[in-house]
Amino acid sequence: MKTAEQKGLSVKHLLGIKDLTRSDIELIFSQADEFKEVLNRPIKKVPSLRDVTVANLFFENSTRTRLSFELAEKRLSADVVNFAASSSSVKKGETLVDTVNNILAMKVDMVVMRHASPGAAVFLSRHIDASIVNAGDGTHEHPTQALLDAYSIREKLGSVEGKKVVIVGDITHSRVAISNIYCLQKLGAEVMVCGPTTLIPKHIESMGVRVEHNLRKALEWCDVANMLRIQLERQDTGVRYFPSLREYSMQYGLDKAMLDSLSKKIVVMHPGPINRGVEITSDVADSSQSIILNQVENGVAIRMAVIYLLAQRIARRAV
Amino acid sequence: MKVSIILVWDSFCASLPGGDKPDLRTDAKLTIFARDMRQLTLIDSKLLHLIITRLSCQLIENHNDFSEAVIIGMQPRGVLLAERILEQLRSMQPKSTIQYGVVDPTFYRDDFRMHDKPLIARKTEIPFSLEGKHVIFIDDVLYTGRTIRAGLEGVMEYGRPASVELLVLVERRFTRELPIEPKYVGKSVDSYDNQQVKVMWKKDGGEDKVMLLNE
Repeated sequence: MKTAEQKGLSVKHLLGIKDLTRSDIELIFSQADEFKEVLNRPIKKVPSLRDVTVANLFFENSTRTRLSFELAEKRLSADVVNFAASSSSVKKGETLVDTVNNILAMKVDMVVMRHASPGAAVFLSRHIDASIVNAGDGTHEHPTQALLDAYSIREKLGSVEGKKVVIVGDITHSRVAISNIYCLQKLGAEVMVCGPTTLIPKHIESMGVRVEHNLRKALEWCDVANMLRIQLERQDTGVRYFPSLREYSMQYGLDKAMLDSLSKKIVVMHPGPINRGVEITSDVADSSQSIILNQVENGVAIRMAVIYLLAQRIARRAV
Repeated sequence: MKVSIILVWDSFCASLPGGDKPDLRTDAKLTIFARDMRQLTLIDSKLLHLIITRLSCQLIENHNDFSEAVIIGMQPRGVLLAERILEQLRSMQPKSTIQYGVVDPTFYRDDFRMHDKPLIARKTEIPFSLEGKHVIFIDDVLYTGRTIRAGLEGVMEYGRPASVELLVLVERRFTRELPIEPKYVGKSVDSYDNQQVKVMWKKDGGEDKVMLLNE
């Protein structure tokens, strides 16, 4: 049997972690190692993608992910065009396929897209010819975030296999949680979700994860705690999932006193942006157990690896 | 032209008493290889040892104690040769410290997106600046010169070297696609495009030797 190293990724698009195999993920990690070395050079740039054009289509707001993708593309020497929905023809009523086809008509090879509708990336992959990287589609998946989270765990603890990871917070509305569960399980980690009953989807056990409603018990069990952001923007449908932020913070917020009282030193992660004092307090975010900034740093290397590996599958156009 | 030489050579060999074919390897400059042979040993382990010793001596002759020179191995196969030469140099000159790094040419290759086989990057590790240094570039086989070109570009990211020299174990003659020539050569070989030069190392589980393979 051929290894992933001999045949590259098994997919043409990165739509979700669900479609990847374990060897795909390991290939992305091994290439990210090399790109991390590039990022620590005096000249942080390689010419591999000098004839590839990438469009970043962000139909939903983003700072970190968009910057991270744009840096990754530029450090691979790709040509980059950016698009933000707030300043575009989408406001004039253009459909998604029309918008993207118009951009592709300008000879774009790859599309990085964030969209508020779950499945938007899958939908697009069926209608257009370019390679697609999902940068978050509604409450569905956010694959590069999961990859960089698992990569950061591997970097900090040596491997992901056999580690216990708890994801704390709003699991129902979180694409980061879903992608993380797939990614960690494929790499052999045990996963637990923790949060108030209202924010944990029914039947999530069917994904093979444990459920815990008591934060202290969850933290005593785990090696790594991934503290998700409370996504108020996704909860504006008139439903109140918890009485107040203050109450959420008292039940599910992690402070230094709780962190120090645990029987072992756990690793603390956060996908950002942090609501300081809600999910975690400032002293936890800035403590030595936190790898939040490593996550951001690794994000660029992981995205370079993903784009590099996908770009190999785009045939060079004859002139 | 080549075929007729081989025919003459084969009939000459057949005419020898006992049918003993003279060992062509004794000719250091040129190896003739009949097309119908499946494989031929170009360098055996004894000769390889001699060549590595000779190349090391040449390096010491030009660079003394290596205070101004650094050795860079090319990923993936050149590294194995570079390590052997480094070992030899250290045993010959135990007092000098020789700086050593490896460079991976993958990100600088000109054939990205042109093959089905993916280009997988390997480790680059140059933990020192190359500014003003004499760089000795080491690879196992020099063929088209394109890999060396990519490697050179990678090396230039670490500073502006005073000079770059190329050392190869096997130089395939008349096959260059770029104006790149080695300064130190283990052995020159004439070969067809459909042939492959394969360098094997004891480290990989076999013995040290260089083979010429027919497709």
